[in-house]
This record gives sequence, C-alpha cells and structure tokens, in this order.
Amino acid sequence: MKIVIIDYGAGNIQSIQFAIKRLGFDAILSKDPNEILQADKVIFPGVGEASSAMKMLIESGLNELIPTLTQPVLGICLGMQLMCNYSEEGQTKGLGIFDVDVIKFSNAVKVPQMGWNTIFNLNSKLFETINEKEYMYLVHSFYVPNTNLAIATTNYEVNYASALQRNNFYGVQFHPEKSGKWGEKILNNFLNL
Amino acid sequence: MLTKRIIPCLDIKNGRTVKGVNFVDLIDAGNPVELAKKYSETGADELVFLDISATEEQRSTLLNLVRDVAATINIPFTVGGGINSVDDVALLLKNGADKVSINSSAVKNPDLINQLAQKFGSQCVVVAVDAKRIDGIWKVHLVGGKVPTAINLYDWVVEAANRGAGEILFTSMENDGTKDGFANDALETISKLINIPVIASGGAGTMQDFADAFHIGKADAALAASVFHFGEIEIPELKQFLKQQNIEVRI
Repeated sequence: MKIVIIDYGAGNIQSIQFAIKRLGFDAILSKDPNEILQADKVIFPGVGEASSAMKMLIESGLNELIPTLTQPVLGICLGMQLMCNYSEEGQTKGLGIFDVDVIKFSNAVKVPQMGWNTIFNLNSKLFETINEKEYMYLVHSFYVPNTNLAIATTNYEVNYASALQRNNFYGVQFHPEKSGKWGEKILNNFLNL
Repeated sequence: MLTKRIIPCLDIKNGRTVKGVNFVDLIDAGNPVELAKKYSETGADELVFLDISATEEQRSTLLNLVRDVAATINIPFTVGGGINSVDDVALLLKNGADKVSINSSAVKNPDLINQLAQKFGSQCVVVAVDAKRIDGIWKVHLVGGKVPTAINLYDWVVEAANRGAGEILFTSMENDGTKDGFANDALETISKLINIPVIASGGAGTMQDFADAFHIGKADAALAASVFHFGEIEIPELKQFLKQQNIEVRI
C-alpha cells in the first residue's frame, strides 16, 4: 500500500509518519502531484495558521489537485479545516470539499481548546471498534459547526463536528497520531478503508 | 468535556534523565525514551522534556532524543530549554516535538513569542514562567529561577498571552521542591487574567495538591516531576482520586 503524507510546509508531519510506522506501514512525505495521485491513501496534515497554510497550498498548486482525488483522503486538524469552504482564521477561502465554514470559539471558553476531550455520535467506518466518548487529543481555536457532514461530535462551548466525511474525503479535528492507542486505531481504520 | 491534564516533567542533561528515578521495572530509568513510554502507557496526558542545563551552558536541545521520543510515544510532548530562535524551534518541531517551551529567551526578547506564534501557530508555543515573591510582589525569575527581574508576574503572563502564547507554564519557585502544594492563589489570579490554558508547576506532594490546583488554582493542567519519578504518586491512582473529586480526567 502506498501512503502519501502531503508535505506542503505546514506543521509537524513527522509525528504522523512515525505513527503510521508504529502501525506497520511506511508513508512517504511528498508534494509531488504524481506521487499523490498514485497513492492508495493520502493524509493531509496541517498545523498553524489557516491563511498562510492556504497560501502554501496555492503556491504548490495542491489546492487544485486535492479536491480531485478519488482515493481515501484524511485531513487532520488544520488539514480538515482547510478542506472546508472558508475559515474565519485569516479570512481565507478553503478547498471547498466540505460545504461548511470554520468559525472561532468565543471568549466564554479558553482558546485554544487544548487537551483531551471525548468524541461521540460516531458514524463512520473510521470509528470501527472505537467506543462512544473515547478521548482524543485536540488543539484548536477554530471549529467546524455540527452539520450533516459530521461523523463525530465533541463538546467545547458548543457541540461541534470533530470529524467530517463526504465520499472519499475524511477529516478529523483531533490528532489521531497523538491520541494514544485509540487514536492509532482510527488511523489504522483509515489505512484499511 | 475537556479534561484536566496530568503532565510528568523529565529533566534532561546530555540526553539522559537526571534527578533520581525509582522505577524498578525499567531496565534503564535514565533513558528518557523508556521513561516516556512508561508514562504514556500509564495514563500521562502529555510529557514535558526540559533540557535543564541548556540555558546556562548554551547547549542546543538534543534533536536525536526528540526524534526517538516522537517515534516511540503516542501522546503529545513539549520540549524546553535553550530555545532562542525561530530556527531552534523549526528544528525541534521537524524532529517530532509537538510544542516548545520558552522561558528566559522570551523575557529577553518578547518578540520571539510573536514570531513563533506567527510562524508555527500559538498551539505549539508554551511560555514558561518561573516566579517568586520579592517584598510580597510576584516577580519573574530567569535561568531556572536563579536570576530575579523587575518584571511583575501578572503583567508578563498577560503580555505573553497577547503576543500569541498558546499556554502558560507557571512554576512557583517558592513551592518548587517543597511538596507543600501548588501556588494556588497566584494560579487563580493568572487563570482569571488570561484566556489561554495554564499549567501549574512546583509543589506537588500529595494527590490532594493536584485537586487543589484544579479546584482552587483553576489550572488546566498540572505538572510534576519527583512525585512521579519516585513512584510516590501513580498516575492511574491520581486520576481515580481526581475523578472522585468531580474533576474531569481521562481514564
């Protein structure tokens, strides 16, 4: 199986590569369109600020490529947010894969949300053998509201979508590579889709 | 609900864990990777690695160790000590660190906080603050708490948050090593002043001390070293205890 982690300069992608290795697979880091097109599974990571990450995607032309992919694609954290229509962070347009906008938590709660919170209303093969209310590690200041695209929900200030799915595109707000053994299980489920 | 976090801190010197550790079941307790694995398997929510001599001796943090830790454990970890520049941070993150903790370098060059937040995002910028009271006023101290400054603790944490820190790690030098509990009054004040997470550090002796840091100090996370390293407090027991006190924890 060929696994490509899209390497467009945003964030700590080493951890995802290590986690995949712990699961017994090898992943390559690449921003080469041919490598990405040939992959069986594509992971779209992202940490940092949305508008600068989007700029890097546009510079490499990946903003055009990613929405056309047909194999399973998993956006992680900011990766998931960039797959949406628009983000309030840096007021940037996204890839438009998920028809929903990313908004900021209010000051009624500490921002960023940082730490372990539960995921529930799990509704995808991604969560096979994962218990309702399992803990995942999250770090984010912006969130995706709950819509029919949600395949997992988390509560922080409001109930929001902590995972999304449309066709072959998946997104998780939490970091499966940093969420202990159950996070690794979700990553494994994705690789086995 | 977002849980309160329990964070063991490992002091590192020359790639080895310092301060005695007392895990009979570890073949090499001085090996930070072994110890990190043990903690992650027993329910630690995060880990902090502090290269303790880095600031004084101008040593760069050990990238190979960071890489080994990242390859082995599946929970987030922070690396601190001797970080002075955007380039230092880029290297640590590239090798698998999730967050970095800056202390003296942020006080000397506060703009570093802005630069790091802009380049890597606030989520990976922990501003560590060591403080104790001088004539009743909490003052920031540098170089592991050895050098006093005229900077007021509360002014500094507000400034750090405004500049883009994602988290404050507050160590009370008065409490550190005493095992008499965390500096809950100061913690509570900090927690009210800023809207980013606050990690309590310095003074953990009993399980009740942790409960107090959360209930009274309003901390979001609590960090400790020796009570964990010497096995005086086991993390699974601590979490059960906190849960009984209606503190949300990951079990």
